[in-house]
Amino acid sequence: MMNLVIDVHGLKKSFGARRVVDGLDLQVKAGEICGFLGANGSGKTTTIRMLCGLLLPDGGSGTCLGHDIMREAVLIRREAGYMTQTFSYYEDLTVSENLDLVANVYQMPDPRESVTGIMDRMGLTSRAGQLTGELSGGWKQRLALAACVLHGPKLLLLDEPTAGVDAKARRDFWDLIHDMAGEGLTVLVSTHYMDEAERCNRIVYLANGRIVVQGRAYEVSSRSGIIIFEAAGSDLDAAARQLRRTKGIEAAAVFGHALRVAGTERTALEKAIRSSEYAALSWHETEPRLEDVFIHMLSAKRDEA
Amino acid sequence: MKAFSYKRFMTLLRKEWLQITQRKKRRNLKAFSFKRFGALLRKEWLQIIRDPITLRFIIALPMMQLFLFGYAVNTDPKNLPAGVLSVNHSKYERSLLAALKNTGYYDIAVLSSEAEAECALARGELLFVISIPPDFDRSVDRGEAPAILIDADASDPIAVANATAALPALSAALDRDLPPIRQAQAPAQAFQIIVHARYNPERLTVLNVVPGLIVIVLIFSTLFVTALSMTRERERGTLENLLAMPVRPIEVMLAKVVPYIAVGYLQVVLILIAATLVFQLPVRGSVLLLLMALGLFIAGNLALGITISILSANQMQAVQFVQFTFLPQIFLSGFMFPFKGMPAWAQWVGEIFPTTHAIRIVRGLLLKGNDFPDIVPEIWPLALFTLAAMAIATWFYRETLD
Repeated sequence: MMNLVIDVHGLKKSFGARRVVDGLDLQVKAGEICGFLGANGSGKTTTIRMLCGLLLPDGGSGTCLGHDIMREAVLIRREAGYMTQTFSYYEDLTVSENLDLVANVYQMPDPRESVTGIMDRMGLTSRAGQLTGELSGGWKQRLALAACVLHGPKLLLLDEPTAGVDAKARRDFWDLIHDMAGEGLTVLVSTHYMDEAERCNRIVYLANGRIVVQGRAYEVSSRSGIIIFEAAGSDLDAAARQLRRTKGIEAAAVFGHALRVAGTERTALEKAIRSSEYAALSWHETEPRLEDVFIHMLSAKRDEA
Repeated sequence: MKAFSYKRFMTLLRKEWLQITQRKKRRNLKAFSFKRFGALLRKEWLQIIRDPITLRFIIALPMMQLFLFGYAVNTDPKNLPAGVLSVNHSKYERSLLAALKNTGYYDIAVLSSEAEAECALARGELLFVISIPPDFDRSVDRGEAPAILIDADASDPIAVANATAALPALSAALDRDLPPIRQAQAPAQAFQIIVHARYNPERLTVLNVVPGLIVIVLIFSTLFVTALSMTRERERGTLENLLAMPVRPIEVMLAKVVPYIAVGYLQVVLILIAATLVFQLPVRGSVLLLLMALGLFIAGNLALGITISILSANQMQAVQFVQFTFLPQIFLSGFMFPFKGMPAWAQWVGEIFPTTHAIRIVRGLLLKGNDFPDIVPEIWPLALFTLAAMAIATWFYRETLD
């Protein structure tokens, strides 16, 4: 079990009467990129905060980087890098001043050298003297990543790191994450983007503070039991509106020139789309995508609540 | 075309009128909408009731201040501590002291030596020392009109003003005790009272106010800024990151405090220079001792500021908290009103705050030429306050977001 970087059992956390994390078990192997998914309020951020010692769990046990999460939070902080959901560096400091602060707080042997090194690697050198508050979202995100990998952590905890960042910046960001994972860094990253989830080695889906599904992206979608039909034709929007209200159809959405409907019961689904109303459309079955699976789970959760 | 057409003029006039009224209408629409206002009002109200601590402060604070200062502030203080120095206690002396007591201004204790009197006056334990000459009774009987010397601590002129103003009325105090022969004679003064305004002979209020101001100004540059320091981190979201880094509470707190020690000292030096040059403030004690004592005062304020910052959930609460401690420091410390004029409970409250002790130290060192042993009784409460505030801050500092 030595290669488990995160190994926690039965984590619990409540805020007042609301149970946010409810008996969560999580194991992450060294060098793995683990994607953390789930609806807003499903407990992702709380779990990440408990793993890096920012919140004390109400119950449960386990280790993070070999340190006890209940008692050795300080040791975990020294070896983990945590990127907060909202930008949390000092806007009235420049890029290099922020990085200097981090390097010195982590007691790097040569702070100057490591700051120049990381700015070089992240392409921040040109912005070194700029006030952080003046940076655009993409640059802020890059600074935040630079700051949390600066001290050479063994585990990276990223809480929705790419929210509000353009596609190119996201792509660059993930290339960096993969580079670092290749160097042996373990990454736990929460996200709402399906393309990002597909770039993880493994995804973990949370609902109501518990893990509902986990596995490789393709496993999760093939095991989901969701059936997808796609149709081409005209007036797809009206058809989608109609179908959403039909029994046996869980979701119906138009993507460009295709209407995509999802359901879990084949007979009901087929009966619905074979209806004479949609005779003008040509239907064919297709593979479920990760997004279909999550929409399914999100709406299932809502029905429960 | 005619030079002036009434019709054209009227058309243009109408156009202008329409534009004016229309603009007015449009502006009315944009300037105020009850619907929008109602929605905003509701939002503000919701925010207020969801922050019950601030609300409680808003309601309770003015009430508390009203009672606190309404009862505590007294510019006509009575029962001021006075000491009597006399060699042989006599009949006339007893009558005189009884008369002094009856003015209501003097609370008299007997002193054993001149050294004791000097020391008590310097430390502010006594505001008056009454020296009665030897052979007082005989001199009175002989009609020599002996002089009674009253040393008054004029470093706070307001405190002693009314008490000294009541003295001339005492001249008839012995009339009934005098031997019949003297009573029959034409009325003459049986004795004289000479008042020495000590430390501030000209009774300049400025000499009382400026040392106090040094202390009050320091509160602004220390307490106010540090009280906002942690809450600012919390509100800007930077606290989460700070806590995720391997930093210790004491490091965070000290880092926030230390810059203001420097700022505070800079202010002390500037104020002292200005006070001596502009207000001709005397510096009779040791400047080094003054700087050391004020260092302790600055530390106490910074510790209080950090504590407030840690206990408050947001900047608004922190500001309220500061107000809550700041006003009593002004009113109950002896800065604005005579300390000895306050009722005992208000004096006890005043004794808690560092400002009270700092003001005494600064007045003592500047005006009275106090030395270290004189200010020790003010030093240890300052140190105790600082330690207590730091202990509370450390206790409530959370290394997690819980």
